[in-house]
Formats: sequence, structure tokens, C-alpha cells
Amino acid sequence: MSAVHYAVRHETLYRYRRDVVHAHQQLHLTPRNSERQHCVLHRIDITPQPAVAAEYVDAFGNWVTRVELDRPHRRLQVVAEMDVRLDALPEFDFKRAESWERVREQLCYSARERDAEWLEAMRFRGESPYVHIKGVFGDYARDCLIPKASVPTVCAALMAKMRRDFTYAPGATEIATPLLQVLANRAGVCQDFAHLMIACLRSAGLSARYVSGYLRTHGPGPASASEDDEDDEDDDADEPRSRDTAAVTAGAGNGEHPDKGEAQGEGIVPPLRGADASHAWVAVFAPPFGWIGFDPTNNVIANQDHVALAWGRDFGDVSPLRGVILGGGSHRLTVRVAVRRIDDPA
Amino acid sequence: MPGLTMAETNPFLYPGSAQRYDELLERDGSIRAHWRPLIEHLSSGGADTVRRCVDMTRRLIIENGVTYNVYADPQGRDRPWQLDPLPLLIDHREWRELEAGVTQRAQLLNALLADLYGPQKLIADGVVPAELAFGHPNFLWAAHGIRPPGGTWLHLYAADLARAPDGRWWVLSDRTQTPSGPGYALENRAIIARVLPGLVNRLGTRPLTGFFHTLRQSLTRLADDGSPPLVVVLTPGPFNETYFEHAYLARQLGLPLVLGQDLTVRDDSVFLKTLSGLRRVHAILRRLDDDFCDPLELRAGSALGVPGLLGAVRAGRVVIANALGSGVLESAAWLGFLPGAARVLLGESLRLPSVATWWCGEKPALEYAIAHLDRLVVKPTFPNQKFEPRFGRDLGEEDVAALIVRLRSRPYAYVAQERVSLSQAPTWRAGAGVRLAPRTLTMRVYAVATPGGYEVMPGGLARIAAEGVVDIVSSQRGGGSKDVWVLSDPAAPAVKPAIAAPQRYLRHDDLPSQLVENLYWLGRYSERCEDKARLLRATLAMRTNAAIWHSGREQCVRYGVLAADGDPVEGVYDDALEFGLTADLGRLGWCATQSRSRLSAEHWRSISVMQRQFHDAGATLADPLESLDRLLVSLTALCGFALDDMTQDDGWRLLMLGRRLERIQFLSGLIAARLNSGEPLPQGELEWLLDVGGVSITYRTRYVATPQLAPVLQLLIFEPTSPRALAFQWRVLGDTLATLAESLHAPPAEQLEDPMAKLAAIGTAGIEDEGKLGAERRGLLSAALTALAEAAGRHSDRLALRHFSLVDVDLHAVAS
Repeated sequence: MSAVHYAVRHETLYRYRRDVVHAHQQLHLTPRNSERQHCVLHRIDITPQPAVAAEYVDAFGNWVTRVELDRPHRRLQVVAEMDVRLDALPEFDFKRAESWERVREQLCYSARERDAEWLEAMRFRGESPYVHIKGVFGDYARDCLIPKASVPTVCAALMAKMRRDFTYAPGATEIATPLLQVLANRAGVCQDFAHLMIACLRSAGLSARYVSGYLRTHGPGPASASEDDEDDEDDDADEPRSRDTAAVTAGAGNGEHPDKGEAQGEGIVPPLRGADASHAWVAVFAPPFGWIGFDPTNNVIANQDHVALAWGRDFGDVSPLRGVILGGGSHRLTVRVAVRRIDDPA
Repeated sequence: MPGLTMAETNPFLYPGSAQRYDELLERDGSIRAHWRPLIEHLSSGGADTVRRCVDMTRRLIIENGVTYNVYADPQGRDRPWQLDPLPLLIDHREWRELEAGVTQRAQLLNALLADLYGPQKLIADGVVPAELAFGHPNFLWAAHGIRPPGGTWLHLYAADLARAPDGRWWVLSDRTQTPSGPGYALENRAIIARVLPGLVNRLGTRPLTGFFHTLRQSLTRLADDGSPPLVVVLTPGPFNETYFEHAYLARQLGLPLVLGQDLTVRDDSVFLKTLSGLRRVHAILRRLDDDFCDPLELRAGSALGVPGLLGAVRAGRVVIANALGSGVLESAAWLGFLPGAARVLLGESLRLPSVATWWCGEKPALEYAIAHLDRLVVKPTFPNQKFEPRFGRDLGEEDVAALIVRLRSRPYAYVAQERVSLSQAPTWRAGAGVRLAPRTLTMRVYAVATPGGYEVMPGGLARIAAEGVVDIVSSQRGGGSKDVWVLSDPAAPAVKPAIAAPQRYLRHDDLPSQLVENLYWLGRYSERCEDKARLLRATLAMRTNAAIWHSGREQCVRYGVLAADGDPVEGVYDDALEFGLTADLGRLGWCATQSRSRLSAEHWRSISVMQRQFHDAGATLADPLESLDRLLVSLTALCGFALDDMTQDDGWRLLMLGRRLERIQFLSGLIAARLNSGEPLPQGELEWLLDVGGVSITYRTRYVATPQLAPVLQLLIFEPTSPRALAFQWRVLGDTLATLAESLHAPPAEQLEDPMAKLAAIGTAGIEDEGKLGAERRGLLSAALTALAEAAGRHSDRLALRHFSLVDVDLHAVAS
């Protein structure tokens, strides 16, 4: 399959009840390049104009934009736009990958020199702030850890099991929901599923990354747009939600299709879950093929539908937008993502 | 009590131990040479001396407010620090070796941090395991690739040492994040030097103060711009277990003690929010854990940190001691890898051995640990694991089996260590018979980075087991401490400590606005407690006069110091009253705790003694008049401290403003309420008013007559020379505000209409009239007094807006 080319627009809008006096924001909104992924163009527009903005590359090789806002504001809009070309995943035979037991063994300390590829893998094997290693995660994955099975085989089995067992339920969880609860409730969103799959793999001794990015919506007309309205606990009465949301939807034109349902109506292929916002999946270290992406939310291998922004140990390393604000009171967050295929406008 | 010549015959002593090294006794039971002068001195003084020393130590600790907070302690936030009056003596030859070992170790650990946060060559070469760094919660990837100024990650280092039965010192663990205790070591020395006066010098004990000077120097030298360097001590606040030490250290070092919210990052520089605006901070001595330091990049929920701090570090604009992420070396698992790391990084072998340690992540180590569980202790590799150390010997068969399953399922998360037989040292037991008793101990030793390498504090913090001779010693478990005396070489020429040129470290405008706010409230609560105590005392003194008692009690209820019903004596001490005296004294204490780095030791002590006395009086329901008398003496002393014991800078000005505003509001409100009753005031009530206003004596000496309303009001309101009068307070308030504005280069406060002038215009004419005219005049005066109280309130609000509003705790973390 030939390369595909996407234009992605990711808009984040914060509306605050009161003035935000000062804010630091950290953005992971620049797509990284890899063997298969090439960022052709990208830009980030921030309103209001930040006092300071600077870019650097973090320890995992992601582009980070740091922003400081020092004027009072009640609205922060961050629009990231990017053109990304994605090559197809080379054909490979799962079974030829090394067995999970052998990889687990090789990832352990052995008092000898290690090459860069393995050192990189070791970074993603331990606990991280959002992903703890626990017996229950290993137990959940137990029947997928077939003796002598290759790492991708194990991951495919685990992904399929999660898809069977879990309900995709936006709103059922938030960033702070512990993984144990996700496991107990059998419900969550892409971020939870990615974290859970990582926890299972690391508890089994394997290396897994959290990948933040976007997903193409299938169906005719390569478009998707939606929003993720997240309300603060004490929403104010003088700013009714319905009106506000309506205003945003109306303004969401950009020549794109605002209605997901309609797209589905004409559907040839049902839309993937998580296509309406930023997405997250898992990359697993599977020598000799390197890192392979698994999307537990959709039970698919990440290929040409998945545009990667950044990766790290977990969500905390790569949150698209993370900040600390002074003032502001309650806030309302609207996130809209549109992934448009531009190489084949048919 | 006989003088001591033969150890065996000395009734003080205890028999030595065959299994342990004894710090005091040789194997044959005789006293080690370097201990002899101390023991001889003590035994010649007899039991009384010992008892006196023990009591004095305890008293100084309580009065100096030396505390150690234990999180889980149901007794409350603070628990007095435990200090044994008998120091631990270390001979100069032995110290030289220890010093060299600790110096080398600090150097090694710094080099290891440089590698882990840089090229990670030791991991690539298999010298140290990746798991130890990457799985450690204090390994901050966000700090990877940052090289701090001077290549110093580790500014302050501490090693916990124990002495094996053969007399060698071993390292139990390394403290690389925010080593606690140097302040306690200094305070211990200050106390013991008072308890055993003369001995410190007679024995040639090396002083500790030079170490703190060096620490301050090493932090200030790294400032990168021409401006005078500003270094702050960052604390998580009064709920931290070692907050006392944070405040103490800050005061000793002459550095501002700040909370995260006192600091702000602008354009990758750190600033302190001070009374006069933002001031650039060049270095931070932090007592806050790694991942709490920056909610922007690290733990998102941390309200204790400074958003953007890592960015400032990355830009090389601030020095943090110790560097963020240095806590990664706090794991017993490193111990086994340090000899190898020392060979690679320093080309040397380790001078100080570590306790034999097996990291179970290596297969042979795991098998060894499982085979020898009975003589090992199993510990977690990472500090965030919920796993208490387990002694294999103490476990039953089932527990051993369960432990082995655990080890096999996640071997890298566990460490097996040889049990250490700690040495024992003499401690004083002043029980029935005064005698020495042995207690096991560990010793914490500190090193500080200087341009010429690490320097070790000649002393340290010895920690002793709470009871008997056991092999676990911990302040959290209720052990005690000892001062450590490093004795100088009598043959060596005495080294005069270099007297550094006096240098001003703290500028007056470096006052964190948070601290200033606390000083202001300290002033207000000091005065409020005084006012309320006077009100209560004057009222209770009138209990036999039914009419006065009734109206007086009404005022007490209005001010919240008595309940509307119930026994008034119990009411005085009632700690359930929200605005009762006990509650306000608690608030006073809280403000004092918050501004402790600015109070002298005596000032602080008088506050803590006062609180304790009032609390004790309440417990026994002592005569309230008597205990209120005593409380008023103490509160007056506080006023004296404020006037004579504090640097009169802007912080002090805010404290005094707090006092004056409080007094004006209280007194004018009280008089206004009484004048407004319509009836002329009976004579008893005038006496009561004079008493509450604290001017009974003045009145009597001046008028030598029974009180009349007009002269009483003259004295309470208009008398320009009486510090208790409203006119006096109002005038000084204005002066102080003007000085403050000038000092801060702020425009003077815009003129409010002068409520005092209005009062003066009304005056006291016709005020005693018993008819309609008098009632009218009293009503007018009452209204003008109320206006004065309100004007004082407006001043307070304005001060808050102007000087305290820089500190905004309204910080939120957001993520999408």
C-alpha cells in the first residue's frame, strides 16, 4: 500500500469563568518523525499571544512547546495544524518475532554491554506515574501469555481480549481514574485502555510505550469533527451550556463534516472509536521488528490510520496540552480534532 | 558519689557487650581514652548533676520548640524532639578516615548522577542496572540532559553509618535528595553546649558553624548575574515532619524560608514574591521532594511546587540543591553496584564499605537471598513500594513461602541485606537510680559541595533506639538523638576558624509576602489575645456586682470569649469556643510557627511557654483571675519582644500595624457599644472600662478620684501621650503607614477622611448629662467611634490588597 497523506487540525479551547492572571502551558502538539511517518508541515497558533514561547526536544525525542501567558485572559485557544505522510507498515510475519519469554529475559540486567535499541526499550519497562506494575495486571494477561509465543502474538491476543471484555464509555473515567478501577469496571476510553495494556505488558516483563496521536475516521469523505465538552463541577448559571456548545458547533465549519452520525450512515466501514478527539495507543518492543503499534481501543495494529504525535512512558509524559494557571475559577474545555486525508480527495 | 578511676567500680556504668561494639567501653570493660574526661567530669558531679542535665535538656527542647512531626501520630502535629544529654565522642584519627570515606562517596554519587542524567554510559556498559534508575520514582526523565552549573547535582549529602562489631564504620544508606537533620545537629549542639558548659571546649570539640557558612557560600557562588545572589529555603510547610528544621536552617543560614506559592517563574527565571515586588532567586535549597517541585512537568497535583521550575533549571537560570531527580540514588539496591561504579568513575576503590546487599534483580543474588533468608532482611528497592522491611529470621514458614513467591514474581523490586549488629553507646537514664544504659545507634554524617571538593561537617546526628539494644533505629519509630562531638587532635595546632568578612545575605526587601502576611497576623493575634484577656479579667473581677457582671458578660459573649450560658470559669478555658481565648492563642501560635524564621529563640520560647501555661491552667481549672494575670504578663512580654528584639524592617512594620489596627478596632468598638446603651454609665462600669482599656492605674494617679465618664473617655480616646489611647494609636498607625510606603517606594496611601478629627470635634462636652442631651452626645460619640473602627478595618483590607495579594493560592493544573 502506498503512502497516505493527512491534514490534521487539533483545536483546544479553554473558557474560564474568571480571568486567568498568569499561566504556564506545555504542549506536545508537534508530530514526531519516524521511519514511517514524515511531518511535512506543522504550525501551532495560540490566542492570546503568549509572552514567551519556546521549543525543545524532551528526553523521549518529542517536540515540546512551552508557553507562558502573562496577560489576563478568559479564553485560551490552541490550534495545531499538521500535514503528515504515513508509509505502510512493512509486511511481516508475527511468528518470526522473538518469543515474549526471551524478550523479557533480555530486558533484564545482565552486567554486560547493551546496544542502543535495547537501552531504549529498557526505558519503557518499569513503573511510571500512571502505570503501576501489579500482580492483577499480570493475571489479566495470563491467558494471552502463551508459552513461546512471539511478542506480537501475545499483544494481539491481549488486545482482542480487552476488546471483548471492555466497554468504550466516554465520560466513564477521567485522567485520575486509577487503572485498578478501570480493570474492575471494564470500561474506559482510549487512554485507559492504552494504560491498561501497557500495565499488563510491563507486569509481564515487556516494554511498552504510550503513544499519543490521531486516528483517521473511516467512511466516505475523509472528514471528522467532533468535540469533547468537559464541564467543571460548578458550572456557572449565567453561561448556559447548551447555548455555548451550540455556538461552537456552528462555528466548526471549515468545510468539514460536523456530524459523525451522518458519516456512519453512508458508512462502508464503521468509524473507529476515538477518532473524534486525540487518540492514544500502545507501541510494543518486538525484536527484530522494533516497535509495533497496537490499538486496544479498536483491536487493530497501528498502521496508516494512526498519526503519532508523541510517545512516552504514559499519558503524563505526552499530554497534548498541560498547564498550571493562576486564577480562572471554573473552566470549560472543548477539544476538536479533524483528520482529513489529502492525498486522495476522491 | 566517688570519683571515677576504675570502670568496674563505677556505679554509673553498665557491662559491655560481647556481640556489639561499645562506643564507650573497651573489650575489657575499661573506658576508652577519649571518653575519660567526660565520664570523670560527670561522675564527680553525682546524681544531681545528671538529673539537672536531663531536666535542662528536656526543658530547652520544649521551650525552643524543637519538634519532629510524625504523620501518623494521633497526638497531634508536633512531638518534641528527643535528645540524650550525653554526646557521642569520636576520636580524631577515626574521624579522619570517616571524613575521607564520606568525601569520596559524595564525589562518587555526584558522578553517578551526572551519568544517569547524561550519557547513561554505566547502564550501557552494564556497570549498573537500568531497572534501578528507570524504575525509580525519583528518576525524572524531564531532568535528563540538564547539566547543572558547576556539574554539581549533589550539594548536600548525608550518609547513614553504623559501626560493626569489629569497630569499622559501614554505610547503611545514602541521602541524596534533601538530606534532613543538619539543622537538628546544630540545635543539638546549641542545647548540649548549655547543658554541659565548658566541656565542649575543654574536650576540643570541633565547631559546626563553619559547615553552614560553607553551605551558604556554595549556594551563593553560582549566581550567574551581577546582582547580589538571593538564595531561599523551600519548604513544604508546617505539616512536614522536619518543618522545625527548615525554619531553623533558614534562620541559621540567614535565608528566607519560602513555600512554593512564594515563588513564581517568569520567562524561565525564578522570582520571590516580596513585599516590594518580584525579586530574582538564584538558588533554592529545597526540602521538597523531587516530583513535587514542578506541577507543570512533574506530579501534576502538587500544590507545594513551583510551576515552570524545571524550565528555569533547563535554562540554567537557577541552582537547585540538590538537583531535581537526585533522589534516584536513595535505594539500598545501589549499594552493591557502587564499588564497580567507583572503579569506572573515579578509578578508585571504595574507602567506606556498604552493608552487604543483594539486589534480587540479578539471578544469582535472588537465589542467594532465598537460600539465606534467615540471616537477611528484605527491603523494597523503590521508596514508593508499600512493603515494610522483613527480617527472614522473624518469619513463620508460611510467611517465608509467601515472601519467596513475591521475590520470584518481581525480583528487581527487592533487596536483601545482611543484618547489621549496631554499636551501642551510653545514654542517661534518670529513673530510680541514675545510671548509664546502653542503646544502639546509627550516625548521620553530612558533606557539602565546594569548588575544592566535598567538605564534611565535623559532627553529625546520632540517632539512638527508643528502647534497649535493637537493630532498627528511626525517628519515625520514636528513637532519640545525640550530639556528635568530633574531638580535635591535641597534637595539631589549634585551627582558628576563619572569620569571613561579614556579608549581608538578606536584604530587607527579600521578605516573602507570605511571611509578611504571617507577621501581620501575628501582631493582630498578639493584641487580640491581650484585649480579650483584659476583657475577661476585668469582667470576672466584677462577678459580685450583678449589674456590671451582666453587661460585662454580654460584651464577653459578643467578643466570643464566653458562651452565653454555662460556668464562666470553665468558659475562660473552653477550647470549643471558636473565638475563645484558647482558640486565639492557638492562632497566635500558628502565625508564630509560620513566621518562625524571623523570631528570636527567646521570642519563640516565650510564646510556647505562654501557651503551655494557659493550657495547663485550663486542665486544672486554675483560678481564672490568676491565670489571666499570668497570661497578660506573657502577652506584654511579647509586645516587648516586638519592640526590642526584632529588626525594625518592613516585616516588623506590618507586625506593629497589625497590633495597632487590632487595638483600635477592639477598643473603639467596645466603647461605642457601651456608650450606645442610652443610660449613663454606672460608676462600676467606668472602673470596668478603665480595666479593660488597661489604664486603671494611670487614671488613679492622674485624677485621684472615683471615675467620671468624661475623664475616662479622655484617657481612653483622646490622650495623645498614652500608648493605650486611640488617638495615640491612630497617630502612630499613620506614621508607620507612611514609613512603609516610603520604604517600598509606593505612593502614600490616599487620605481617608480622618475619623479621629471627627471624634475630637465631638469631644466629651455634655457627655455626662443625665437627660436627653447626654444621651444624644453619647450617641454621637458612639457613632464616631464606630466610624473609627470601620476606618481601621478598611486600612487592614487595603494592606492585604496591597502587600499580600502577590501570593495567590488559586493555582490549578489543567490537562487535555
